[in-house]
Amino acid sequence: MKTDNDNTSTVSLDRRRDVSQNPLCLSGKGVTRIFGSGSKQNVAVDHVDFEFREGELVSIVGESGSGKTTLSKMLLGLLPVSEGEIFFRGAPRDISTRKKKKEYWKNIQAIFQDPFSSFNVFNKIDTVLLDCINMTGGKSLPMEKKTEMMTEACSFVNLKFAELTNKYPFELSGGQMQRLMIARIFLLKPKILLADEPTSMIDACSRATILDMLLNLRDEIGMTVIFITHDIGLAYYISDTVYIMEHGKFVEHGSADEVILTPKAPYTRRLISDVPKIHEAWDLSTVE
Amino acid sequence: MAKVMLEVKELTTKYITRFHEDVYAVDHVSLTIEEGKSLGIAGESGCGKSTLALSLMGYYFPPLHYMSGEIIVDGKNISGMDPDTVRKNVLGSDVAYIPQAAMNALNPTRRISDFIVDVIRAHDPKADKKQIKEMAVKRFEELHLPKEALDRYAVELSGGMKQRVVIAISTILSPKVLIADEPSSALDVTSQKVVIKMLREMMDRGFIKSMIFITHELPLLYNVTDDIMVMYAGQIVERGSAKEMVFDPVHPYSRGLMRSILVPEDGTRSNKLIAIPGTPPNLKHPPEGCRFAERCKYAMPSCKYNSYPIMEFGEEGRTYRCGHSVEHLREVYANEDRQ
Repeated sequence: MKTDNDNTSTVSLDRRRDVSQNPLCLSGKGVTRIFGSGSKQNVAVDHVDFEFREGELVSIVGESGSGKTTLSKMLLGLLPVSEGEIFFRGAPRDISTRKKKKEYWKNIQAIFQDPFSSFNVFNKIDTVLLDCINMTGGKSLPMEKKTEMMTEACSFVNLKFAELTNKYPFELSGGQMQRLMIARIFLLKPKILLADEPTSMIDACSRATILDMLLNLRDEIGMTVIFITHDIGLAYYISDTVYIMEHGKFVEHGSADEVILTPKAPYTRRLISDVPKIHEAWDLSTVE
Repeated sequence: MAKVMLEVKELTTKYITRFHEDVYAVDHVSLTIEEGKSLGIAGESGCGKSTLALSLMGYYFPPLHYMSGEIIVDGKNISGMDPDTVRKNVLGSDVAYIPQAAMNALNPTRRISDFIVDVIRAHDPKADKKQIKEMAVKRFEELHLPKEALDRYAVELSGGMKQRVVIAISTILSPKVLIADEPSSALDVTSQKVVIKMLREMMDRGFIKSMIFITHELPLLYNVTDDIMVMYAGQIVERGSAKEMVFDPVHPYSRGLMRSILVPEDGTRSNKLIAIPGTPPNLKHPPEGCRFAERCKYAMPSCKYNSYPIMEFGEEGRTYRCGHSVEHLREVYANEDRQ
């Protein structure tokens, strides 16, 4: 039986920080992505500007089809930008060659919603973690040191490395795999982590644990976390800053409290009023 | 007391895997729903919510098998009936079911009205097509759905519209019990609200007499159903009114579930959330005692060996399954909250 028991704990996800004075980590001016051409042209991301600072937890919230995933692919350098420019630590990002792209990827990492498809099924857990150490320049370290690093990374996410060695990813439960993803990030220590709905496949009671680990990791290595989600409640709990995206554009951005509690854009207001709530009445009369 | 629409007594169903192993996914579940009421079922993935929904239809096909217990819909016992009789006499008219991702179930080569003809003719093979269409137009108008949708193909409709159309099709015979399994989880929040409004209206107008609503989204459940029942590892662990369950859960697992709700409301951000580590037990070899004991913070040594019955407490209709008394649990929770 796949269990990983320790005591039930209470966690607070409210770790707001003032990051306005931190240096810029990732920013963009007029970033656009157009698919197709002529009459079939589809502007998925439409001239968006953003400034993500070091150590900031930013959430990008939008409904399906709003352009969140296209934007995240551009941030990761997996999709070219049609217009505009992305800046990394103040300077224009250069990923024109394979080598430069690899260099950039040392700074930005991603975790996705489906942990099952994020691992190479032929690689054992040891290999997954060893790759991370090798990637960050630890190739020549002695094996004992590597094992120590892997054990530390696993214990950070409440996994026992000794129990995982010689196992394949499919032998783990969904929650364990999602935690292993976080352990990978712990070893890679990127400057930026892009998390695309990392908790959407996790149950409510395990979700708090994963988010808590993610926030601990942010505090530990001081990385910028870009959280892509459609869950505005989740964004409110964890973020310093929230960007609301509609039809490829940012309609509103600001601190989580500002955007969620005093929304200005009509779209944000609608989005918040459409989410079922616990303490306030859910007004069904607003739908036609 | 209102008329009981659905009564389930000690229902047990199991899956037989291809390795001939038994998985008891629904284990001695009993519940009742009165006319005009709705019951929400909450729990984490794999706890048996969807299997319970399938089992309640009385329509079993491998790997799901009926073991024991009774399902009584408006006085008619449908448990143990052969699948063909269930399909002809029960589905659609007594019990209607909307599975997860129902909107993708529509055959793209047929018009919406054809599906309605199918549903009605499954019960009455001689039904007149023209009359069925008139009935469909009337129902669509009553539900504020555009009647033009009847002549469209599924691919021509948006996701939210497709889902509403599927609900309208499956409830065309005004079923006594509607089982909706995550009917809105694939939709965005606005379409979700439209679907929920439609379900509410259908309840109010008597198009459906009672409803079982399954979702893992607790704020939605709180806003949609009268009662909430929490399932864990194939068993019911607690039941009560939606308000009581959200604000005063008694079972440690329900409490964990309710305290993991994230809603965008003022003042909730600093709330402490409860994180329950571990995973539910493997139902091929369920634990001998309380199924939650291994993950439970309050478990006593005896919980590992004692399987507790479901017990009534306090106000009418509230039940829970735990070795601790309600008073003890409430006191422990109050102490924790103070810290």
